[in-house]
Amino acid sequence: MTKVFCIGCGLVTPVGNTPSEVLAAVRAGKSAFRLYDGWPEPYYASLLDRNGFEGPSFFDHIALQAARTAVQEAGIDASSSRVGLVLSTIKGNIEKIDTEDVSLAAAADTLAKGLGVKTAPVVVSNACISGLAALLQGVRMIRSGAYDHIIVVGAEVQSRFIVTGFQSLKALSLNPCKPFDADREGLNVGEAAAAMVLSAQPVSGNYFSGRDPKNQFPDTSTKPTHFSNWEIVDGAVRNDANHISGPSRTGEGSYNALRYVLEGVSAEELAFVNVHGTATRYNDQMEAIALNRAGLQDVPVNALKGIFGHTMGAAGILESIVSMKACDAGVVLPTQGFSQMGVEPAVNVSAQERKTDKKAFVKLLSGFGGVNGALLFRKGGAE
Amino acid sequence: MKQVSIPSGASLTELYRQWVGDYPKFFKMDTLSKLGFLLTEMLVHDEPDRFTFREDRAVLVFSREGCVTNDRHYAESMKDFPSPALFVYTLPNIVSGEISIRNKWGGESSAYVLESYDEARIWELVRQAFQDKCTKSALVAWIDCTSDSEWLTTAWLVNETDMF
Repeated sequence: MTKVFCIGCGLVTPVGNTPSEVLAAVRAGKSAFRLYDGWPEPYYASLLDRNGFEGPSFFDHIALQAARTAVQEAGIDASSSRVGLVLSTIKGNIEKIDTEDVSLAAAADTLAKGLGVKTAPVVVSNACISGLAALLQGVRMIRSGAYDHIIVVGAEVQSRFIVTGFQSLKALSLNPCKPFDADREGLNVGEAAAAMVLSAQPVSGNYFSGRDPKNQFPDTSTKPTHFSNWEIVDGAVRNDANHISGPSRTGEGSYNALRYVLEGVSAEELAFVNVHGTATRYNDQMEAIALNRAGLQDVPVNALKGIFGHTMGAAGILESIVSMKACDAGVVLPTQGFSQMGVEPAVNVSAQERKTDKKAFVKLLSGFGGVNGALLFRKGGAE
Repeated sequence: MKQVSIPSGASLTELYRQWVGDYPKFFKMDTLSKLGFLLTEMLVHDEPDRFTFREDRAVLVFSREGCVTNDRHYAESMKDFPSPALFVYTLPNIVSGEISIRNKWGGESSAYVLESYDEARIWELVRQAFQDKCTKSALVAWIDCTSDSEWLTTAWLVNETDMF
């Protein structure tokens, strides 16, 4: 099977716009949370700074910024007929629902035009697992042989629409969220954009772009800037077939997704599992059951929602990028907000930063509609 | 390959009485979910061993509009008193979830948004979904719901052998 590598990353987050800035913030436990006035209820969130922004759409702006950074790092020509675009978002430009076309198709079209992508984009909108499902879609597009590079972009901005909706479900916490903690009381929403460029070659640039007859030989005009070697080995999406807005009591879909990606993989190989960890009572409990059923109870587990909040369509891509960079730095990141085990059976939550020399991890997400997803990342796949 | 559709503006309550009749949760669903639910019933009503948990069937729902029709209902409620019952349907993949729950299908379930109805593109994406080694068949649907009485739908039940 064709190996698929991440050869470029782009980030827009409230704690930094480069992987090193963001990694430093997570390691220091630094977040941008504060209390905001709501409609009328206040909400506690990690939002991007819109001061000075004057464009027509902040969503379009951050999605494009993250995507451009990833494309630049990858050194690819986004207008090639062998470059595809996958957008992950849940609500896109929903704040303009009274006045504009807020379909996700329109948002993808705007992003494709901004990047100069010529092939038709696809939006994967699978609730909170969208980012993970979009990465898996990108992997499959590379494996289909029809594309050399896929740009996968996840973005979410917060709005009255989303915040009042979660408030109506009583899912938001007015305090910093506490993933997997005994006193967890709900999630915090967050804004971010994150992008990856996927390729069948571990090298950035069109250097070894083999399938286009014009590029049979190394193209000296686009020198590779780095050798990434982070592989997305495989992924799975599974439904609980249980409830549209509550997770399975047995962790069915999450366990089945884990089982699929870990076939033939030893738990010993994993540096950590970066879980969804929204800090709602039901989600974290469900994940603990799924992790135990999958035999991962001793593998370090961490959650990043205590830094970024729940960034929805961006979460799968943002949290995967931060996890790759943490592995590169030889650390298992801490779980901001966690102090006392609040799930049964227990899992090995990383409260503090730990060292690791392992070079593989699993990204886990779950969402409304009963969806669950798992992706396996491994470094050194090209060696 | 089996294919069905529901004409725009058809009475979904009548179709429910004709094809189902014993699943009252149907009436809580948004129009997008009702359409997906009914299209699926029409395709699989006579399958043997229905309602036995299976992981080998994917549910892949495509559209341009996603759940925008229901989003408008929620946005309206938001100005007065935000409705949690409407909010949970403000996701394009809830329809895939409703189908999975009804049929006990624990395989892949996904919602895709495309710029326009494009069969070649849909089949390209469906073929890619079959890269999951577990997936042996798929419920594939284009459900573009522009209001509670206007839509374009078509749905297929496909086996891996139909695709390759």
